[in-house]
Amino acid sequence: MFLIKCPYCGDERSELEFRWAGEAHIARPENIAAISDEEFAEYFFLRDNTKGVAYERWRHIHGCGRFFNAIRDTVSDNFLLTYKAGLPRQPVPGPQPVTPDAPEGGAA
Amino acid sequence: MTKKSFRIKGAGRLTPARTARFTFDGKTYTAYEGDTVASALLANGVHLMGRSFKYHRARGVLSAGAEEPNALIDVARDAARRQPNVRASVQDVFDGAIIRSQNRWPTLAFDTGAINNLLSPFFAAGFYYKTFMWPKEAWAKLYEPIIRRAAGLGVAPKEDDPDHYANRFAHCDVLVAGAGVAGLTAALSAAETGAEVILVDERAEVGGALLFDTSTMIDGRPGYDWAQDVLSRLKAMANVTVLTRTTAFGYYTHNFIGLAERVTDHLPRPGKHLPRERLWQVRAKKVIMATGAIERHMVFANNDRPGIMLASAARLYLNHYGVAVGEKIGVYTAHDSAYEAAIDLKHAGVEIAAIVDCRTHPGEAVVSAARALGIEVLTGHSVLDTAGRLRVSSMTVAPNGGNGKRRIAIDALLMSGGWTPSVHLFSQSRGKLKFDKAKDRFLPGLHVQDGVSIGACNGTDDLPALLAEAAAAGGGTLSVSGSSLYGWTGGMIGAAEGAGPETAVKAFVDFQHDVTAKDIRLAVREGMQSIEHIKRFTTNGMASDQGKLSNMHGLAIAAEMLGKDIPEVGLTTFRAPYTPVTYGTLIAHSRGDLFDPARKTPLHDELATQGAEFEDVGNWKRAWYFPRRGEDMHQAVNRECRTARETAGIFDASTLGKIEVVGPDAAKFLNLLYTNAWDTLKPGKCRYGIMTREDGFIYDDGVVGRLTEDRFHVTTTTGGAPRVLAHMEDYLQTEFPDLKVWLTSTTEQWAVIAVQGPKARDIIAPLVEGLDLSNEAFPHMSVAECTVMGVPARLFRVSFTGEIGFEINVPADYGASVWKAIWERGQALGACLYGTETMHVLRAEKGYLIVGQDTDGTVTPDDAGYGWAVSKKKPDFVGIRGLQRPDLIRENRKQLVGLLTKDPTEVLEEGGQIVADPNQPKPMTMLGHVTSAYWSETLGRSIAIALVAGGRARMGETLYVPMKDKTIAVEVTDMVFFDKEGGRIHG
Repeated sequence: MFLIKCPYCGDERSELEFRWAGEAHIARPENIAAISDEEFAEYFFLRDNTKGVAYERWRHIHGCGRFFNAIRDTVSDNFLLTYKAGLPRQPVPGPQPVTPDAPEGGAA
Repeated sequence: MTKKSFRIKGAGRLTPARTARFTFDGKTYTAYEGDTVASALLANGVHLMGRSFKYHRARGVLSAGAEEPNALIDVARDAARRQPNVRASVQDVFDGAIIRSQNRWPTLAFDTGAINNLLSPFFAAGFYYKTFMWPKEAWAKLYEPIIRRAAGLGVAPKEDDPDHYANRFAHCDVLVAGAGVAGLTAALSAAETGAEVILVDERAEVGGALLFDTSTMIDGRPGYDWAQDVLSRLKAMANVTVLTRTTAFGYYTHNFIGLAERVTDHLPRPGKHLPRERLWQVRAKKVIMATGAIERHMVFANNDRPGIMLASAARLYLNHYGVAVGEKIGVYTAHDSAYEAAIDLKHAGVEIAAIVDCRTHPGEAVVSAARALGIEVLTGHSVLDTAGRLRVSSMTVAPNGGNGKRRIAIDALLMSGGWTPSVHLFSQSRGKLKFDKAKDRFLPGLHVQDGVSIGACNGTDDLPALLAEAAAAGGGTLSVSGSSLYGWTGGMIGAAEGAGPETAVKAFVDFQHDVTAKDIRLAVREGMQSIEHIKRFTTNGMASDQGKLSNMHGLAIAAEMLGKDIPEVGLTTFRAPYTPVTYGTLIAHSRGDLFDPARKTPLHDELATQGAEFEDVGNWKRAWYFPRRGEDMHQAVNRECRTARETAGIFDASTLGKIEVVGPDAAKFLNLLYTNAWDTLKPGKCRYGIMTREDGFIYDDGVVGRLTEDRFHVTTTTGGAPRVLAHMEDYLQTEFPDLKVWLTSTTEQWAVIAVQGPKARDIIAPLVEGLDLSNEAFPHMSVAECTVMGVPARLFRVSFTGEIGFEINVPADYGASVWKAIWERGQALGACLYGTETMHVLRAEKGYLIVGQDTDGTVTPDDAGYGWAVSKKKPDFVGIRGLQRPDLIRENRKQLVGLLTKDPTEVLEEGGQIVADPNQPKPMTMLGHVTSAYWSETLGRSIAIALVAGGRARMGETLYVPMKDKTIAVEVTDMVFFDKEGGRIHG
C-alpha cells in the first residue's frame, strides 16, 4: 500500500485515503467544440500507460478532497514528487530511480 | 502400548511442573507448558503425524518451525473453534486441545488412500492433466470431485467462526523481522539511539538459532541467556515493541509490512476480550530483515519416512523442549551443522548409529569431536535408501560410487543439506537476488526499498561479522562479541547419490506436494524450460512452502537436466504470505453486518413497521413493495399501481442523490456539466437535466431546482451520487478552477417523501405552511422553501409517475415524524405506500428513463429520445464535442422505443435479444435488447422499453424476441404508454 504525500495537506498518508485519477497534464481543449476527431481522440481516449516515470493525477478523496499531480515510477512504485493541480509539469527530481524488473510469474 | 517418555532429564528449558493435557486422534497425551504439538507428540514417542497429499504416504514431523510440510494437523477447542492445516511444529499445546490428523481414512496408521502409493507409477507429475481429458463433461461431475476427495488437506469448519479478530495500524522508525542473534542485536542497537523499534518473531520465544545452538557464546554468556537478557532490556524501553508469535508475512510497497500476531492460540481459556489474532499494518521508515536461514533436507530414496527429519529440528527438540527424537539415531549430511546435533544427542545419552557424510572432506573439528565421543563417521558415504512402514527402521549406506551396501538399524534419521537463506521478505520487497556460486545460494542483492538484510538471510555466516553487521544496521554504537565452537562448512543442492537421473526412486523434493526428483526431471523431459513452468507442472514449492524447503533442490535438479547454470534457470517468485494467514486475521471486523455496511434511509424503520419488503440498491436498503395479508409481490404491486393512479401513493425517495451547488457561478458551472441550459431557469423552478461525459454518452440524470440565483438543489440517480459529485469536483478543481462554486453532498441530510397521484395535493396541503399549492401558484416543476408541520422544508412539484406529484425534503432527523403525519393523512384519503417496484412500473408507463437500466454507457441523449435536453445554443458543455463524433451521429443507432407484445399477457424478459427475422440462420443479427419490461395493471397488459437499431423509424414494425423455449412477437411503439397527452401531471 502506497504512502502518498498530499501537497495540500502537506502530510504523508496511506493510499486508503486516495484515489487514482488517470494521467496528468491532459488539459481539456479551450476550443473543444471545434477540434478534429483525431484531436478529440488524442485528448479523450489515448493514454501513454508509461512503464517507468509517469505523471498522474490522484485525489485525496477521503481527506481534503483535492485533486493533485504526482510523479510516480510505475516500476518501483516510488513517488518522486507530488504537486498541486494547476502547476506546470514538474521536472523529475533527483537522480534517476533504480528500476529493477517487475517480479515475474503468476498465481500460486 | 506402553507410555514411554522421550523426555531427557536435565535437557531443555520447559518445566515438568506445568503440564497440559491434549488429545491426538482421540488419545490423551500429556505435554509440558511451552511444548508445540510436535514436541509433545515426539516426547510421547509419536512420530506419525500425517499422510502426504497425493500418495498418502506416512509422514512424521520434518522440522521444528514454520517450514513444516508434513505434520499438518487440525486444532480445535470445540466444533466451531477449529482450524485445519496447522503446522504441528508451530502450534503451542494448550490444556484441552483437540488435535486430529488429516487426509487419512479410516485412521492415520491404516489409511486406505495409501493404495495411491502403490499406484504411484501412474501418478507422476502432469498425470491429472493428461489422463482426465475426456469425456469433457466427466471432469466437473466425476473426476474432479473424486480427485479432490482423495488428494487433500484438512476440512474447513462449517460453523461460523465465533472468535473475533483485531486490526491495527502502526508506524515506526525501524521494524526488525526476526529475533535471532542478528535481529536482537540490530533492535538493541537501533533502540539505544532512541528510535521507535518494532521487533517481531514468529516463535513464542526470541533467540532464533540460539534456541538450539547451545555452543555459541555471546558477550561471554550462552547465546540463549544473552538473548533473554536482551529481550528484557528491550521490553524495558518505552520506544520498543516486541511482538512474539507474530509473523512478518508480507513486505509491500513503501515499506509497508503485514504482521499476523497470534494472540490466544496458545491459551487454554482465552479471555473473551482478547482477539484471537491481530493484523498489524506497519509503515516502517527502515526494515531490517533478520529472517535467518532454513536447513535443507537431503534428496535420496524414501527420505520421507516418519522419524526422518532435519538435524537442526532434532537439536531444537532436544535443547529447547528436552525431547530425544529417537533412541538410535542416524545422521545423513552434507554440512557440518548436523554433527552438532549428533554431538548434543550423544551427550544427552542417545545412541548415534552413524554419521553418514556424502563429502569426503567435512570440517575437521566436527569430525574429530564426533569421533572423540565414539560416534562412527562415514565420510564419502551416502544413504541410498531407508526402510520402515510407519517409522523409519533402517538406513542403507554405501560408499559413494562403490559397492558394499550396509544396512544400519535406526529409529530416527537426521539430515542436513546445508542452509537456505530466507530471502522471502527481501524478494517480496522487489529486491533483486544474486547467486552466491561458492555456496550455492541466492542472497539479497539490490534493496529497492529502505531495507537491509543482515545475518544468515544475508549469507553472513561468521558470528563476529554478523554481530558487527547487525549492530551497524541498527544505526547505534552497540558492540557485541561472540564466538562459535565450530565453524560450519559444506552444503549441497539437488539429488544425492543414488537418486540421480538414472534411477527411478522416490526421492522427495517437496514433501507437501509429493514432488520427487523424478517428477522434476519428467517436467524437463516433457518440454518445460522455464522454472515457472516446471513449478506449475509439478506443483513444486507451491502453497505454503513458497520456496522454504523445496526451491533450491528443485532448481538444481532442473538445471542439471537442462544443462544450464542455476542463475540461468532462475528462481520462482516468493509470494506473500510467508506462512498462511487466516482469513479472520485479514478481514478483522469486516464480516457479517460490517462486511458491506447497509445504508438505511431516515424512514427505514417506519417502512419496516408498515411491512415493507426491502431490496438492495447499491448499499441502500430500499422499500421494494408493501404486501398486505395474503398478497404476493405481483398482487401487491398491482394494487399499489392502481391506488397511486386512482388516489395517491406515498414513496420514500430519500436515497435520491443530492448535491447543493452554490456560488455566483453556479448556473455557469451547471451549464458546463449538463447538456441543458441553466441560466434561463428562474429561481423557484426545476428542470430535468441530462449529464453526459466528454464522449457524449449519458452519465446521469435528475431534476435540478433553482432556489435562488446562486443556489441549486441538484438531484442525481440513487447509485450515481458519489461518482457524479466526483465528476463535478474534477471539472471544478482542474478544468474550471476560476468558477466560484461550492459543491456539497446533501444526500443524507434530507429525507425525501414523494406523494404522487390525483389526491397528492389534498394529502399534503394541510401540513404545508406558507405556500399556495394551487396549480396557478405552484405549477408542475416548481420548487419552494417552506415549512411542513413547522419543519423547514424544500418542496418540489415534480413527478416520476405522470401524476400530480410532490417531493417533500425535510432534514433527515425530522423525516420519520413528517412521514407519519403524511401517512396518516394519506390513509384517511385512501392512499397507499409504494416501493421501488411500483415506482419502476409507473415511470415505465410514462416512458421515463432510468439511467443504468435503460442506458448502458453507450447511449446518447438522442438515442434515448431526449435530444430536446441538449442545448443547441451553448458554446460549451461536457460532451459537446463527443456528441459530434461520426459514430454518434450516424444513421441506425440503437434508440429507445416501446415494445408491445402481440400477446398482451406475455411479459418480456429484461435482457432479451431482439431480431427482425426469427427464422434466419444462427448466429442471428441482433437489433438490440429489452431494457425494461413489466405488467402494467393500469393498461391491463404488458409493456416494455428496448434499445433497437433504428428504433424510431420502425414504429409499427413487428420484431421478435427469441427465447429458449419460444419466440415472442412484439410491435415497436412509442415509449409513452399511458396518458400520452400528459394532462394528468398538471392535475
